[in-house]
Amino acid sequence: MFVLLLTVFVLAVFVGFEIITKVPPTLHTPLMSGSNAISGITVVGALVATGAGEGALATGLGLFAVVFATINVVGGFLVSHRMLGMFRRKG
Amino acid sequence: MDGETIRDLAYLLASVLFIFGLKGLAHPRTAVRGNLTGALGMLIAVVVTLVAGGVLHWTWIIVGLIVGSVIGTVLALRVPMTGMPQMVGLLNGFGGAASFLVAGAELVIKFGGDSVNPHGELQARIAIAASGLIGAVTLFGSLIAAGKLQELRFSWKGRKIWLSSSLLLPGRHVLNALCLAIGLGLCVLVVRNPETAAWYWLLVLAAAVLGVLITIPIGGADMPVVIALLNSYSGLAATATGFVLSNNVLIIAGSLVGASGLILTSIMCKAMNRSLANVMFATLGPTAGGPTADEVYAGRIKATSAEEIAMLFDGVQRVVIVPGYGLAVSQAQHAVRELATLLEARGVEVLYGIHPVAGRMPGHMNVLLAEADIPYDKLKEMDEINSVLPQTDVAIVVGANDVVNPVARTDPSSPIAGMPIIDVDKARTVVVIKRSLSPGFAGIPNPLFALDNTLMFFNDGKKAFDELIAAVKES
Repeated sequence: MFVLLLTVFVLAVFVGFEIITKVPPTLHTPLMSGSNAISGITVVGALVATGAGEGALATGLGLFAVVFATINVVGGFLVSHRMLGMFRRKG
Repeated sequence: MDGETIRDLAYLLASVLFIFGLKGLAHPRTAVRGNLTGALGMLIAVVVTLVAGGVLHWTWIIVGLIVGSVIGTVLALRVPMTGMPQMVGLLNGFGGAASFLVAGAELVIKFGGDSVNPHGELQARIAIAASGLIGAVTLFGSLIAAGKLQELRFSWKGRKIWLSSSLLLPGRHVLNALCLAIGLGLCVLVVRNPETAAWYWLLVLAAAVLGVLITIPIGGADMPVVIALLNSYSGLAATATGFVLSNNVLIIAGSLVGASGLILTSIMCKAMNRSLANVMFATLGPTAGGPTADEVYAGRIKATSAEEIAMLFDGVQRVVIVPGYGLAVSQAQHAVRELATLLEARGVEVLYGIHPVAGRMPGHMNVLLAEADIPYDKLKEMDEINSVLPQTDVAIVVGANDVVNPVARTDPSSPIAGMPIIDVDKARTVVVIKRSLSPGFAGIPNPLFALDNTLMFFNDGKKAFDELIAAVKES
């Protein structure tokens, strides 16, 4: 299992390098906020930890994780959308 | 197909959508759609987790999702474009926080009960320690970074101290090393005794202190590097949590973000001709023996006025505007745009030359100028603008200093030696809008200000452009 996950990890890093090097400098700020939103994928783990019914401590930690990750996801995608809407070809 | 297979296939779909989403950011034309594609991937991942992820209790999940969505929406809609670096800094931190909290919850779930897993799950234990370390460094480093970018200050022994300055603690290298050693030692303890949750929280505490210590000495113009690096950490934290949960979508999404942050970090470092270690641990300052401000400036500075600059614009063909952090501080972007419109109406070509580290985060200047409705095809990268500067009539530098300092090309002993710069000195006339002759972040005088073809317009960025607009309208 571990080797399989490691394989996925290494390949994903290479894919990341390939696609990110093509992002022009003018979009670097929205890239950061957008990738921030994507790193909010931790919300998936947070939801499971909160909802699994494994006691008050795990639920509490999960709840805070859900809040932080959701801020990340919603805030990140929304603020990127706002910024990207401003990039126009002709003024 | 059982529920688990369907869930994993949905996660795969989400991963593919993330990749397509980031690919869309390769061009401003496709970027909005790319961002929405990524958001769709996230929606799929969340929905499928709720439906097929083994969720039994809904109350707290719904509370968490609502609270997070409201805070996220309010932040995203209310932050001004000038506050974007702080916003991104905070979001980096929240990603790290979510990672170490999930890892903490998993520690309780997997190892907290009486039935300690006999197989041990070494991978999960190591990954929990890694999530705790990286996640807490990311959160607390980002909080400090965001505080610096927000220009917070505090009082210490009756003195006002700006958080944004480089705060150098005595013996900080020893402190850093000690803190890192304690953190790694606690990692080992967490891996060996996962049933003792106290080790994990001590690890989080040590990592928090480490995050603060690493970030606090970094100031001003080095902030883009730190923000990009913390961006990378937030991705790595998500990856580590993916190894805790053996979940591919976390690993893939986290690696994409980690790679993205690393690329930006390396671009920022190259744009300053400094290594990452140098940015993080060394202090930038004038070297002994460099010329003093008096030697460089005495008798050679020509101050100018808005009227004089307006006359310069008569009959010119190309004007290049080079913005720096001062543009953001004085919020001059709309005034810049207004002047550009006036000049363009007279048939002048107005371009913008943007240095990779101008501002406080990667792409900072581009976002501000785009906010003022300046079309993105006029925002030129350093190499491109340098090739047209020798055929440029007037170059206007507003709020930038070190990134246009020709010393970088000429003096190998200067602290910015070898840093690629925007060659405004090659333009026929250079106008520098600046409040005083004070040095930039590198702390060295700028001979550009004393060149024969340079005129200094001592003024605040926004006011200078307002005066210029009035003067051009009159002429």
